[in-house]
Amino acid sequence: MRINLKINGENYELEVEPRTLLVYAIRELAGLTGTHVGCDTSSCGACTVLIDGKAIKSCTLFAVQAQGSDITTVEGLAKDGELHPIQRSFKEKHGLQCGFCTPGMIMLACDILENETDLKEDNLRRLLKGNLCRCTGYQNIVDAISDASMVK
Amino acid sequence: MTAVIGKPIKRFEDDKLIRGLGQYVEDLKLPKMVYAVFVRSQVAHAEIKVNADQARAEEGVVAVITGEDIEGKVGKNFTAWIVPNSNQVGAEISSRPLLACRKVKYVGEPIAMVIAESKERAFDVAELVEVEYKELPAVASIENAIREDAPLVHEQMQSNIALKWQIKNGDVDRIFSESDRVIRQKIYINRAAPVPIEPRACIADYNFSNGKLTLWVTSQNPHIHRFYIANVLGIPEQKVRVIAPDVGGGFGAKIDIYNEELLACYASMILKRPVKWVETRSEHFVASLHGRDFLVDVEFAVMSDGKVRAIRGNSYANMGAYLGTVSPGVASVLHGLILPGPYAIEAFDYTTHAVFTNTMILDADRGAGRPEAIFVLERMMDLIADELGIDPLELRKRNYLPSGENIQTVTGLSYDSLDFSKVLSKFGEVSDYEILREKQKKARQEGRFLGIGVVSSIDICGFAPSPVVGAVGLQAGQWESAAVRFHPTGKITVLTGTHSHGQGGDTTYAQIVSEILGVPLDSIEVLHGDTDMIPMGWGTYGSRGTSTGGSAVYRAAEKVREKGRIIAAHVLNSKPEEIEFENGEYFLKSDPQKKITIQEVALHANVGWNLPEGVEPGLEAQSFFDPPNFTYPFGIHLCVVEVKPDTGEVEIQKYVAVDDAGKIINPMLAEAQIHGGVVHGIGHAMFENIAYTDDGQILTGSFNEYALPKAHFIPRIESYFTETPSPANPIGAKGIGEEGAIAAQIAVANAIIDALKPFGVKHLDGPYTPARIWKAIRGNLAKV
Repeated sequence: MRINLKINGENYELEVEPRTLLVYAIRELAGLTGTHVGCDTSSCGACTVLIDGKAIKSCTLFAVQAQGSDITTVEGLAKDGELHPIQRSFKEKHGLQCGFCTPGMIMLACDILENETDLKEDNLRRLLKGNLCRCTGYQNIVDAISDASMVK
Repeated sequence: MTAVIGKPIKRFEDDKLIRGLGQYVEDLKLPKMVYAVFVRSQVAHAEIKVNADQARAEEGVVAVITGEDIEGKVGKNFTAWIVPNSNQVGAEISSRPLLACRKVKYVGEPIAMVIAESKERAFDVAELVEVEYKELPAVASIENAIREDAPLVHEQMQSNIALKWQIKNGDVDRIFSESDRVIRQKIYINRAAPVPIEPRACIADYNFSNGKLTLWVTSQNPHIHRFYIANVLGIPEQKVRVIAPDVGGGFGAKIDIYNEELLACYASMILKRPVKWVETRSEHFVASLHGRDFLVDVEFAVMSDGKVRAIRGNSYANMGAYLGTVSPGVASVLHGLILPGPYAIEAFDYTTHAVFTNTMILDADRGAGRPEAIFVLERMMDLIADELGIDPLELRKRNYLPSGENIQTVTGLSYDSLDFSKVLSKFGEVSDYEILREKQKKARQEGRFLGIGVVSSIDICGFAPSPVVGAVGLQAGQWESAAVRFHPTGKITVLTGTHSHGQGGDTTYAQIVSEILGVPLDSIEVLHGDTDMIPMGWGTYGSRGTSTGGSAVYRAAEKVREKGRIIAAHVLNSKPEEIEFENGEYFLKSDPQKKITIQEVALHANVGWNLPEGVEPGLEAQSFFDPPNFTYPFGIHLCVVEVKPDTGEVEIQKYVAVDDAGKIINPMLAEAQIHGGVVHGIGHAMFENIAYTDDGQILTGSFNEYALPKAHFIPRIESYFTETPSPANPIGAKGIGEEGAIAAQIAVANAIIDALKPFGVKHLDGPYTPARIWKAIRGNLAKV
């Protein structure tokens, strides 16, 4: 089946199977491998992208369900090579180690910074509960998001 | 130039990773690549018949490989640790067949490899491989496996005991008979798993024209992968290139050499096409190594004043169906030798056992044998404190080994440097321990149940003096390699035999080189993870990266500096002994204005127009650093919990870690290692459990059943360091990767059990889930 997606401002026409998950369309057909797959139960959040501005685990949708959507992946955040403030905060606050969960965390953080008002630590931690990290113990991820909210 | 060692330098690794431009194995594609999927055993123990005819006939299928197809054509996947004086079972029994042949021995064991033109096709066709099972009695738990009438995992054996290794020193029986009390407890540390967020993956590409095999693989130790591929598949080692690109966490899971990786190589050789395999997460829970799963029965001989004089007991580690790459050592050496921890014990008699069961293979999970030892030790210390009515922290103070260097232990270890007085003093400053105890008393009066766990820990790491690891049976060296190479433009490439998969080695090693050569950090590039590029090295695990790999970098940089001094002297018309080096410049002692930068020296060396007699061109050096001793980081961790008796829920209210890992190169990275390690330990204590039924069916096959800690389950970790340099390496570093995981699992356990004391609970095995705690409160845990 043929679908049209806008990813990071570019139009893609992709040939997918009905069962193709969005994350694989993004990774394997659009070739944007920054979005990762860490599980097969929609538990880990490594595949989180923004769909029409909202953080969604891209393994929870079939590619065909995303027909016509405007998607932002981690590759689309930096503008003219300049890091997005949340990317900068992840580096400044050492919010990543192996980097595998990081794109998902960063995309979730974009949604949080855009749409949430209570950014106190307790609430930030609750907002992160759909995304798993094994390296950082989350502390510096929480601090990175908090830090980026100040910049904003 | 100011010092760069000890500074929280931001990581060079980050830019590509935060832009989504990392290259993990799953991200790679090669022309004409085919995709593999494994058919795995659904049962724990059975005779099998495999019929792949229908699958082979399907369109898009490139090959279906079964155990019978490869029998005798490839070797088996063997263990690299043969523990001396342990009657360890021979390789003919303990080695894994790459694909099960006629018999399966655990759920998830690979039976057939389906290779197709697309991943989707491979998954579809795998469904068509027929496996007929004739089930055999199976055994999954240690307790069942060590019974006299237990079903045998390997019918050639008389029992399921894979090895038995005793450590004995001192007159244990006499001291036990002289002691005021004997405290005994059976402790079970449940099975868990390392669970990096990136599952395993590999791509094998065999070029038949020159016989060269390249494997991209999620590995913590690419050179060990190369060695195994050469041995198991019979390829000359120089014809094997292993690349571990960006790797998404390891924690031990990516130390082992796995069947799937060896099979991908074999398949690429016969198909003459690149073969890719990517593990699914559900597959990970049955196909990647598990950890912990130790049953220990110990008794401690103690005096009324709290002095622990002797320890004796037995441990049993659940190995699964075969021996993993290093699992015999995890079950014995790495566990038993550290069990007396930081305490002065007079006599010790401890027998470790490794037990086969019909389960997935056990091996190194962040700490590997040491967390289990410190768990047992520190659980016992709390039981003793309780029995004698001594404050748990006070009891520990009464038993610490003296401060100093090369402190001998009852098990024959020599602790490189130890200073608990320093850690205690810092702990006193930051923990409010006495105030917390008061708060706990007050809470109990109010009907609330606070618990405090305060533990001391010590880790064996900095692997390691090669002759010593050889003597205890590891079939490998544990020195580490580095090369430091000046380019003509004055920039530097550093090669390291370790592998960084989150630790930040690229940054810390650059800090070391910058410090020694006085060059800017951004002129240094650190490379790792490609066996064709990097000198032989042993990889990253066991908290060895900085202390051993970093020391090799340090030594190589020193060699470069000294060769540069000879060239500088020549250019400045002087003698090397007349030359000083500071801040990246060589200058005459007698006339500091006469100077030359190290970058200029590098240009001289690289063009070779004007070199002293007998000096070779080029400015680079290698070092192979073999440490004279292990390193032993140590610390005190404190955990405060509140248990809700109505539900059994636990809230962690405070976590304080004071660690001494010797010299810290980058405090930001060291602290983050503690954060991650502590949360790993909290996870293993409270949420994570690999569960099997008695007949070996796995119950925790995905993230829906296996609970990794989430951000809102845990508090902020307060991390502090003291620095007692290690004399075992030029940096003075000890290692920090495992400390957190070792201390936290038992700190949490002790805190929870402390909170349960008013209910008469003296001991409880994990995982400390609400259901188990609720039942313990009601005194009916047996019915769990």
